[in-house]
Amino acid sequence: MATATATKKKSAQWDPAEVKKELLAKYPAKVARKRAKQIMINEALGNETPEISANVRTTPGIITMRGCTYAGCKGVIMGPTRDIVNITHGPIGCGFYSWLTRRNQTDAGPDGENYMTYCFSTDMQDSDIIFGGEKKLERAIQEAYDLFHPKSIAVFATCPVGLIGDDIHTVTKRMKEKFGDCNVYAFSCEGYKGVSQSAGHHIANNQVFRHIVGENDVPKEGEFKINLLGEYNIGGDGFEIDRVLKKCGITPLATFSGNSSYDQFASAHQADLNTVMCHRSINYVADMMETKFGIPWIKVNFIGAHATAKSLRKIAEYFGDQKLIARVEAVIAEEMPAVTAALKEITPRTEGKTAMLFVGGSRAHHYQELFTELGMKTISAGYEFAHRDDYEGRQVIPSLEVDADSRNIEELEVEADEKRFKPRKSAKELATLEKAGYRFKDYDGLIPDMEKGTLVIDDLNQYEAEKLVELMQPDIFCAGIKEKFSIQKLGVPMKQLHSYDSGGPYAGFKGAINFYQEIDRLVNSKVWSYMKAPWQTNPQLSATFAWE
Amino acid sequence: MLLRHTPKEITERTALTINPAKTCQPIGAMYASLGIHGCLPHSHGSQGCCAYHRSTLTRHYKEPISASTSSFTEGASVFGGQANMLQAINNIFSVYDPEVIAIHTTCLSETIGDDLKQIKKKAQDEGKIPAGKTVLGANTPSYVGSHVTGFASMTKSMAMLAEPKGKKNGKVNIIPGWVEPCDMEEIKRLMRLIGVKSIMFPDTSGVLNGPLSGEYKMFPEGGVTIDELKSCGDSCGTLALGEWCSADAARWLDAKCKVPCKVLDMPFGLAATDRFIDALRTVAGVTIPEEITLERGQLVDMISDMHQYLYHKKVALVGDPDQLIAMTEFLVSLDMWPTHIVTGTPGKRFEERIRELTKELPYEVNVKAAGDMFLLHQWIKNEPVDLLVGNTYCKYIARDEDIPYVRWGFPILDRQGHQYFPTVGYKGGIRLLEKILGVLMDRLDRDAPETKFELVM
Repeated sequence: MATATATKKKSAQWDPAEVKKELLAKYPAKVARKRAKQIMINEALGNETPEISANVRTTPGIITMRGCTYAGCKGVIMGPTRDIVNITHGPIGCGFYSWLTRRNQTDAGPDGENYMTYCFSTDMQDSDIIFGGEKKLERAIQEAYDLFHPKSIAVFATCPVGLIGDDIHTVTKRMKEKFGDCNVYAFSCEGYKGVSQSAGHHIANNQVFRHIVGENDVPKEGEFKINLLGEYNIGGDGFEIDRVLKKCGITPLATFSGNSSYDQFASAHQADLNTVMCHRSINYVADMMETKFGIPWIKVNFIGAHATAKSLRKIAEYFGDQKLIARVEAVIAEEMPAVTAALKEITPRTEGKTAMLFVGGSRAHHYQELFTELGMKTISAGYEFAHRDDYEGRQVIPSLEVDADSRNIEELEVEADEKRFKPRKSAKELATLEKAGYRFKDYDGLIPDMEKGTLVIDDLNQYEAEKLVELMQPDIFCAGIKEKFSIQKLGVPMKQLHSYDSGGPYAGFKGAINFYQEIDRLVNSKVWSYMKAPWQTNPQLSATFAWE
Repeated sequence: MLLRHTPKEITERTALTINPAKTCQPIGAMYASLGIHGCLPHSHGSQGCCAYHRSTLTRHYKEPISASTSSFTEGASVFGGQANMLQAINNIFSVYDPEVIAIHTTCLSETIGDDLKQIKKKAQDEGKIPAGKTVLGANTPSYVGSHVTGFASMTKSMAMLAEPKGKKNGKVNIIPGWVEPCDMEEIKRLMRLIGVKSIMFPDTSGVLNGPLSGEYKMFPEGGVTIDELKSCGDSCGTLALGEWCSADAARWLDAKCKVPCKVLDMPFGLAATDRFIDALRTVAGVTIPEEITLERGQLVDMISDMHQYLYHKKVALVGDPDQLIAMTEFLVSLDMWPTHIVTGTPGKRFEERIRELTKELPYEVNVKAAGDMFLLHQWIKNEPVDLLVGNTYCKYIARDEDIPYVRWGFPILDRQGHQYFPTVGYKGGIRLLEKILGVLMDRLDRDAPETKFELVM
């Protein structure tokens, strides 16, 4: 394992069963048994797909791509909101590492509140661990309030906080009452909870729903009001989606949580439709908002030009307004020529190439759209932190087992809000839409979209990644920063699909074009031909020169 | 303005750290571990710690950083992490087959009181550590010290592998501290030139500045070997560069193995490099080769050539204690005026040392250990400077306040070169000067009215 070499020669064929066997060969028996259930050879049976094991613990010692609950909560979900002062309660590291590292862009305007460039921490010391950190946390909240007078302060627990029993929720409740004009709340997102970031998404979303959503009833202006759930504005994706939506005459009210503000969350209950991008990180919020406020939800995908067009049509069809439907068609007609022109120019250089995607809870699925548009085939894919429903489709949700690691993640009991619940469509209208084939709260997952014989792998680790590249020789590999350079050392281009390296946006129409150009650049870069020096490719000396 | 909420008025804070000038111990331990040949660093905590440290080191070095984790769950946090660690050791040796596992703890495993020594013994007793393989460990709770002290702890654990045989090996131990792989290479070059045989630990050169060749080596050629570490108790002496990073390891070898040590400043800039080279001369009992004297002369030449651009320019600095001490001395030697100096790492000795180095200046410097970049920014708002030196996070201050800025320290996430171009030694001094002059003179060019725009500078 210490050394692997990927030769540039293309292997014509690989047998998925052989690949799977190879991946498991080196593991101790117990690890091999566990991993075997997370590595699936796709049989392309649609919704009767065999079960894949997902959202289960990573084996200690195996070099995983996964992070922790704090990272999912503070980093992913709350990170992109600009006007909340996010205080990490813990030793300094967690706050430091989640400081500006996710490329969430935001637009606060010249004078708006924006704390995303700041890192706030209680920097717990050993005395705080021994005697408790509540007093220090209370002082820290007070100091933040005195310095900035923000509308909201959020507190995030790190591992030791849960262990020493600091009651962060009581502290924040007390401070909220004391201030009167600042919403203060806390997240019990200790890193050891759950099995991955996913638990942190859930904890974050629950608290946003409990403490913020519905707080602002001042009516929001605009026609065709929607929320976008599970879009994090990495590299400006959210900006591009907003541009397209506004051009269509749709009003994006709140995005959870790219380029978001406190007020967007607080007013989100005024939307007439929830559209879900990343099913994994937020589908339960969509469900809760439907129960509490009566907002229906649909799955959308703005990754891929055709997927974008499809999602726009789906939104227009929901509202059923002829002017909107016509406007959406006009926008698609206006945007698509540039997309088609870019593809015509680029696909001759990408067609027939292969990709692997191991990322996130939705991107390993969504980005296959863009590769398909480029004429490229995804030969293996999987998620870092998704659950079975993201692989197999939502129909498996009732049968999901709640294990010890999921049980400690709170499920909110939600009822209809007496004052704010309002059905957006009558039962008859909904039935008519559904009868015409319209699908609410529906997601088929990644597996049905992948070809037979491809490999679907959950929680891929460094060893398997290297083996896969060696055995299947993809033309491009997509994952995160930790995986980037071990793959590239093998001479295979690696695209980060968490942070997009330095690129983006890749969503919407303009984003799709950006992505085509980026993949063209990567798979056709001259650099991959420089691996060997001339004296390495032709080491034999045919003559000797005698130097004077 | 990107840091638009930072007020000029400074108010006392006792609980809230804003924009830290440090991070936590485990990442320092991980970086140090990568300087052992064939070593897989292991983080005994929850997955996020390991993921964050690997990500940060990867972004800084643009190189693969392999490290494993005990993947704590809530159950392990309640019942102890022993089972996780034993399983991890077994899996690591089966799958990755490293020569060494270097375990560091986290705030999680320290708070619940996991005992590394005891777990290691159990692993040994259960035959989970194959013959000839090494497992070492360091205690690095995140709620003590900083990344710098974590680095020092793991470095000390390396020294503690010493197995003196009682026969001197004719070598000098050199502990370089948290410097870049190229700095370690440069220190080795200087020692070779002088003719000193050495054992350097940790040594990340050849590990974190690797080539692209179509081959991935999880364990590259570089790094100090376990045999070298075992032998370091028989060395003639130890040179420790940096009180914060390196002194503990050196003093331990002195006390336990009778290897005399000398703790020096990190050799950044003229005077600190002079002391380092002179110490090598004394240790080896040799004459310094002309080549090194020439390098020194070139640095002095550059200082004299460009002195007018440096004279009495005010500088704000943020970083780690050992680096800042050497840099402050260098700036003073250039007739520049270090004005605000902040490290996040605690330690009153740092403030005392900076005051000592700047006592001849006609003003009192602002200096703070256990400070943060929010305070530094406020100091700058009250007393503007001509130059800012620090890690990548300084770019927000530099942009808001429009200050010429040199990236130097850890982490550097947005520029290249720190892995390849050393800043230690005389040649490194020339590099530092080139960088400082580059930004100062770019500013002169940018701001000069057309009538005063100079061709020759």
